[in-house]
Amino acid sequence: MLKFKQFKRAETLEEAWKLNQSRANCVLGGTGWLKMGERQWNTAIDLSALGLDGIEETETEFRIGAMVTLRQLEQHPGLNAYTSGAVRDCVKHIVGVQFRNCATVGGTFWGRYGFSDVLTCFLVLDAEVETYPGGVCPLAEFAAKKQDNDILTHIIVKKTPLKAAYESFRNTETDFPVLTVAAARTEHSFRCAVGARPARAELVEGADEAELLARVQGLTYGGNTRAGGEYRAHLAGVLTRRCLAKLKGGEQA
Amino acid sequence: MKLNLTLNGRKVSAEIPEDQSLLKFLRSQGCYSVKCGCETSNCGLCTVWLDGTPVLSCNVPAARCEGHSVTTLEGVQAEAEEFGAFLADQGGEQCGFCNPGFIMNVLAMERELHDPTVEEINEYLAGNLCRCTGYVSQLRAIELWLKREVKA
Repeated sequence: MLKFKQFKRAETLEEAWKLNQSRANCVLGGTGWLKMGERQWNTAIDLSALGLDGIEETETEFRIGAMVTLRQLEQHPGLNAYTSGAVRDCVKHIVGVQFRNCATVGGTFWGRYGFSDVLTCFLVLDAEVETYPGGVCPLAEFAAKKQDNDILTHIIVKKTPLKAAYESFRNTETDFPVLTVAAARTEHSFRCAVGARPARAELVEGADEAELLARVQGLTYGGNTRAGGEYRAHLAGVLTRRCLAKLKGGEQA
Repeated sequence: MKLNLTLNGRKVSAEIPEDQSLLKFLRSQGCYSVKCGCETSNCGLCTVWLDGTPVLSCNVPAARCEGHSVTTLEGVQAEAEEFGAFLADQGGEQCGFCNPGFIMNVLAMERELHDPTVEEINEYLAGNLCRCTGYVSQLRAIELWLKREVKA
């Protein structure tokens, strides 16, 4: 249950950031994961009034506010046209529409969750994270960093020419994924991100499909209650080949 | 803290604990259709509409609803009764415990999707768990309900 003593709707990013310097306070995203903890927070910092709930599309990039919901990602025509539907594919199995109307981009990326479909998908795009006051850094760098006390404000997706695909495997519909795989073909190379191993998603690149598959198999795969490491490693090859088939515009491998 | 919102079309002001969930607030206002099933954002039983969008009320801090509009099953009573009766006639429910959240999400789907496919219906309603029906009879009833609407 989410417990806090004070609810504060921040009026500026600076106010939110100042409040977030105390370890007793927390920033509210969609609160789906936060409320699963037992901790009692002092102040819950709400970013709802900061205009971070829109997706801005320009000729060169998508600028996605931290309070944008996963459902907004799923339904954004420009973002899904650019990613060949990969963004939609990566969120559509996450619980249900009502949950996706609550869960936010900021909460999802800030958590750097091992099970994150969204992190896996965005790693293969040319994505950056903007924080206040830290500025902009590549998503892969952000994902590898420990959480600090900045405020995540935007995810920026550059419109680099690429084709993307997404696949995940779940034991039951709407459960956490057993494995998540995203792949992209750029002008010069192939990229693949594999998440829920069950560790946090990691990005690998290869000059061709064979090299990419070898790099995917070179990642570490562990076991948990959903699947064993050996099974996950096998699944990674299967889902990567399916993504590659999608990139070619063909049927699933 | 003071909370001001529109609940089922009427303005409401109430003193609430700062960390009260929307679910608990709604029940304190007499909206007993809103039930607490899992409290882990998985079952869909507590579904209500926030500014017309279906959300899990166990997942929304009530304080976030300041100035917004919330609709529960009580706010769409006639429509809910009509669909609920249709669902029962079609054998699309058994114990009925999941009905409030399920009906709210079906009515939201009707407003959002035009002539949805089976895949779209399944996807939209994936967040509403039912431990009785096995979903097939629900799906059959919904398809018939939507066809009836189209014919009408």
